[in-house]
Amino acid sequence: MEDFTIYPLGDQALTFSLGNSIRQRDHERIQGMKRWLEQHPPPGLTDIVVAYSSLTVVYDLYQLRQATHSSTAFEFVSAALREAFHRGTDHTADVSQKRWEVPVCYDQAFAPDLDHVARLGNLSTAEVITLHTARVYRIFMIGFLPGFPYMAEVDASIAAPRRDQPRQVEAGSVGIAGIQTGIYPVSSPGGWQIIGRTPLKMFDRGSDPPVHLEPGHEVRFYAVTRKEFEDLSRQRA
Amino acid sequence: MSIQLIRSGILDTIQDQGRHGYSKWGINPSGTMDRYAAQAANILVGNALDEAVMEMHFPSGELLFTSDALVSITGADFTPLINSKAVPLWKPMVVKKHSVLTFQRRQWGYRCYLSVRGGFGITPWLGSRSTNMRISAGGFQGRALKKDDQLNFRRQLPGPEAHDDLRILPWRVNAQPVYHDMGSICFVEGREWSWLTSASQQQVLSDPFSIAPSSDRMGCYLQHEPLAVQRTEQLLSSGVSMGTIQLLPAGKLVVLMADHQTTGGYPRIGHIISAHLPKLSQLAPHESLRLRMISVADAEKMLFSLQQELRALQRACLDKLSDYDL
Repeated sequence: MEDFTIYPLGDQALTFSLGNSIRQRDHERIQGMKRWLEQHPPPGLTDIVVAYSSLTVVYDLYQLRQATHSSTAFEFVSAALREAFHRGTDHTADVSQKRWEVPVCYDQAFAPDLDHVARLGNLSTAEVITLHTARVYRIFMIGFLPGFPYMAEVDASIAAPRRDQPRQVEAGSVGIAGIQTGIYPVSSPGGWQIIGRTPLKMFDRGSDPPVHLEPGHEVRFYAVTRKEFEDLSRQRA
Repeated sequence: MSIQLIRSGILDTIQDQGRHGYSKWGINPSGTMDRYAAQAANILVGNALDEAVMEMHFPSGELLFTSDALVSITGADFTPLINSKAVPLWKPMVVKKHSVLTFQRRQWGYRCYLSVRGGFGITPWLGSRSTNMRISAGGFQGRALKKDDQLNFRRQLPGPEAHDDLRILPWRVNAQPVYHDMGSICFVEGREWSWLTSASQQQVLSDPFSIAPSSDRMGCYLQHEPLAVQRTEQLLSSGVSMGTIQLLPAGKLVVLMADHQTTGGYPRIGHIISAHLPKLSQLAPHESLRLRMISVADAEKMLFSLQQELRALQRACLDKLSDYDL
């Protein structure tokens, strides 16, 4: 039995889903499908949205129908997704294991929720920092804001739930929401528990590409002092 | 070879058919709210369907033409006046240099489009001229237009001669069928439709909704009695599209519009069909609508025939323009 579902997301998009859980193996399968679809795009394809365990293809219905003579675009693209699922497995191997080392300053001034996260886990703030920097995280999705990486999975003892009330979050802020960790690329209202800030610019509309992180990449954080943070910020400018 | 804003509007931006293909970076598509009106505006002046146009809300800016231009105005009827004289919508017109375009009163609709022959001289960002205001990118300096902005035309294409201060050309788009029965809007079932209790499903299918004043280019919020679910599960975020109807935690519905985020994690009870997004885009706050569920196959048919009609119209308009040796 094949454990996936395909459902319409309106009349010009379709989602392929492997279920509602965060599993690295599922995500690799999705990445493999994405690669296969990029090499064999259905006519009229306009975008592929990769998430944790799903992939959404967006297409231009008119172009697709002009090119295929299929009875419905939905059936045609469904078939393409099934094929991508079976053939895409060959492409999971060549996932480019790009790994980014991201400096984070965990100074109080940048970490309004660090104490809270420590208390929840019965830890010292130093232990939270050690745990957060110990793991290599996988980027499952870029969403919410341009360049906002959804990464998992943090150590269970620092997996603090989201705040009840969102508040204004500064650009570069590094946060935790459940088992996920992420970086706010621009200032924005947000509900994640903020435990530090990176001096790196995660989104820069003037550079090419404007975003370097992509789903499938890996990230490891390392702690820097306030002075190193300021120096890195200056270098960037 | 330009248009100059001599007075700011409330929200006038440059938009095309959207910036597609960059969800891998979390960059959302933007683009016009009423894709049909924008495509029609382009067709009337001989542009490609996806050329950038000016999208205006009311009160809109006042525009000064610094050169002759072949233009058309489509979408909402804000009572356009050229040099204080009323001009028609959905028709091409040659506007003479030094003319001023103003909009007097909102009579119908919510978003009005202005196309110019040859398009606006905007440098594309990631393949599109759409304005993404959230990240201050694309369009005209990444922002809404304001007083003293000067919008150059990309190419000065030959146009019919302007005789007086205005010359209306003898062809038009009949948009009436597209906006017929404004308050009746179709959707297709969403993945989490069955999460609603049967009473709430009935409510969606039979009760009227009205457009909340908080609606904007990101989302169209609906006003109604809260809906109830028989299932509460945390969904992992996944891709969403323009027209996706999300159920918010308080039981209220929001339809994602042109500036929607690339991903979302709220239950999706349905998706407004693409052929009816133009109607939804033209509903003003407090106006009401009813939702009707149809099949994906029917939604596809409606969109495909609408696009076929636009292509036929495009060929006809190009023929007309060739009569003027254009």
